[in-house]
Amino acid sequence: MAPREEAVAFSHGMALLTAVVGTLVSLTLALVATDEVMSFHAILFALACVAGGYYVALHPRKGGPEEQRTYMDGPIKVATIAAVFWGVVGFLVGDVIAWQLAYPILNFDQPWTNFGRLRPVHTSAVIFAFGGNVLLATSLYVVQRTCRARVAGYWAPWFVVWGYQLVIVLAATGYVLGVTQSKEYAEPEWYVDIWLTIVWVVYLLVFLGTLWKRKEPHIYVANWFFLAFIVTVAMLHVINNLSVPVSLAGTKSYSLFAGVQDAMTQWWYGHNAVGFFLTAGFLGIMYYFIPKRVERPIYSYRLSIVHFWSLIFLYIWAGPHHLHYTALPDWAQTLGMTFSIMLWMPSWGGMINGLMTLSGAWDRLRTDPVVRLLVVSVAFYGMSTFEGPLMSIKSVNSLSHYTDWTIGHVHSGALGWVGMVSFGAIYCLVPWLWQRRGLYSLRLVEWHFWIATIGIVLYITSMWVSGVMQGLMWRAYDKLGFLKYSFVETVEAMHWPYVIRATGGLLFVIGGLLMAYNVWRTVRGDESVDVADQPSVAAAPELRLGTLAAPAE
Amino acid sequence: MNHGFFEKNSIALLVGILIVVAIGGLIEIAPLFMLQSTIEKVQGMRPYTPLELAGRDIYIREGCYNCHSQMIRSLRDEVERYGHYSLAAESMYDHPFQWGSKRTGPDLARVGGKYSDEWHVDHMRAPREVVPSTVMPGYPFLAERKLDYDNIDSHLTALQLAGVPYTDAMIKTARADLLAQIMPGSEEAKELLKRYPKAQVRKFDGSESTEPTELDAMIAYLQILGTLVDFATFDAAGPNLR
Repeated sequence: MAPREEAVAFSHGMALLTAVVGTLVSLTLALVATDEVMSFHAILFALACVAGGYYVALHPRKGGPEEQRTYMDGPIKVATIAAVFWGVVGFLVGDVIAWQLAYPILNFDQPWTNFGRLRPVHTSAVIFAFGGNVLLATSLYVVQRTCRARVAGYWAPWFVVWGYQLVIVLAATGYVLGVTQSKEYAEPEWYVDIWLTIVWVVYLLVFLGTLWKRKEPHIYVANWFFLAFIVTVAMLHVINNLSVPVSLAGTKSYSLFAGVQDAMTQWWYGHNAVGFFLTAGFLGIMYYFIPKRVERPIYSYRLSIVHFWSLIFLYIWAGPHHLHYTALPDWAQTLGMTFSIMLWMPSWGGMINGLMTLSGAWDRLRTDPVVRLLVVSVAFYGMSTFEGPLMSIKSVNSLSHYTDWTIGHVHSGALGWVGMVSFGAIYCLVPWLWQRRGLYSLRLVEWHFWIATIGIVLYITSMWVSGVMQGLMWRAYDKLGFLKYSFVETVEAMHWPYVIRATGGLLFVIGGLLMAYNVWRTVRGDESVDVADQPSVAAAPELRLGTLAAPAE
Repeated sequence: MNHGFFEKNSIALLVGILIVVAIGGLIEIAPLFMLQSTIEKVQGMRPYTPLELAGRDIYIREGCYNCHSQMIRSLRDEVERYGHYSLAAESMYDHPFQWGSKRTGPDLARVGGKYSDEWHVDHMRAPREVVPSTVMPGYPFLAERKLDYDNIDSHLTALQLAGVPYTDAMIKTARADLLAQIMPGSEEAKELLKRYPKAQVRKFDGSESTEPTELDAMIAYLQILGTLVDFATFDAAGPNLR
């Protein structure tokens, strides 16, 4: 169905108007800004608006019946490349700060190179830049295919993808220049928060609009998870970031909440950044890419329903386990612990649903390293969702909290689950999006898999050692009843685990670089070196030979 | 009910999700704003002086919370290592809270008064000269940077909007109060102490200059941490017992 002419003109006009208004607002802000970072960010914003407006002006929307005939993959390609790029950046910054903890001289004692400012760059780059772009790419790909409808909007999907990159640049440059709210994983200041809210609402509308255009009667399970991720992250983001700016022309703001209420709100947000950004969204990926890659249907439809509703209901309660034995009232701590333990069940239900989808296709694990990435990611998901409930028990938490055990736990989920499932999805997506017969090299995927896996094992085990050791040293008493160790003695004891951790991280960075090289060669259109070894499903759908089972579509 | 209803109706799915994910937050967060017992009744808590607040802003800017907690848990070893477990009341004016989540360095909830100003000055400049095996980065630039306090009053105004009991008089005198805190013995310092009891008045960074540096603000903030509540009058078994 061709869009109406008025609609085309309106969409073109709105895109231009947005660019012009954005430019004017940001230029005004640049002039009246009360601090340098605000003027710098306003100028960056103006440049982005001008670039966007220039592109729109040079490429007027034509409309016509051709426009709606194909899926819209341009923004998905941008998000995929961005995911690979930010992934490598995020892993690299993470490894740099890991070496800083082992060898503090690497801080160079400059404001913009010190650990305190770089750590949010790492966390935001891997969670929101890498993970976020993977989610943008996969959700927009999956929703079109499973609805058999072109994505809603013409400029809107582009706005979402590029607007999101702008959020990342504003956030990361802000941290390095000392602009932060100091709420973990919600560090960007108020004006970046507002911009992200606008981008996110358009993302929700694009996603919903595509569901409305669907030619399939049912909404596929992956889309339930994507929708829950988008909606819940919107709720969490808006509430946790409520703040009072010192000046509308300055970067600084103060959180609307204080002390115990602020702590509870922050960890309600923080744990559900894990629960909805890094779990629900990536479960959407699992529910599409595993069945597609192994060409088998989802193991259990009923389990998907139970998994979905119980997971999203229980996750939201888990936040207080970050605040055990603190000044948070006991009733809230107990609620948080109870729901965290219950959360084990839906998590493993989802893991079983993902793993059992391989029924009848387990041989793919041996022949296809992309399947191995996807499946091992689900195994890591199972491991860290067992460890999480364990650590949420108050008596265990009294040992693990404030130590590297938490860091190790986060990374078994982040590197093992989020990282590996993302790599698997990217290796699927790239040949499909760029119309290739396969990846440039499946052999390199094999290398990526093993290097990253060894890196993760080094990371997690060293953090278990340093975390448990430090927790025990803090509470050790000598026979006269005095504390046995000074704080700094526990810091000394962590040196070698820190070196091993940073080495593991380095392996993970190398894996990321292998992926970037492989993706680059595939996108460039180089002849695949081992196409005969790749399963037919590795090729873009148009290029596959023979009949295909397409369970998820 | 047939699940097909949600699968065929995106708005029903959307509303269903919203209801299901709203419940946990409502039950865990909303009561904290309403229950009187959430925050203990204590003597001594007051908002930060302008200089302490400027120091706290620097603490946030440099990301100190990434490695230092400000929350002593009610565990025997923590109370013996750091002092009385932290009360909710002690962070009731902290927008945002600085409880932290990781102790790469020690807890700072009661670091105030534990070390001398000179120790902090040396430690900030070159931590390993003071504690050889620490992994803390050095912050030599704090001593060299003049504190930017031109709009400190608008910081107080923003916090007042967020609910901190700064009076209009405190906002009006914010800049003078900031300077007064590094001028011991002055009339202004006496005024400051009336508005902010227990405030420590001296030149914190050890320099002769009358201009406040970022290091002055940072040390003023660190030295007040955990010192405000009068534990002699605090009754843990009182009406706030949880």
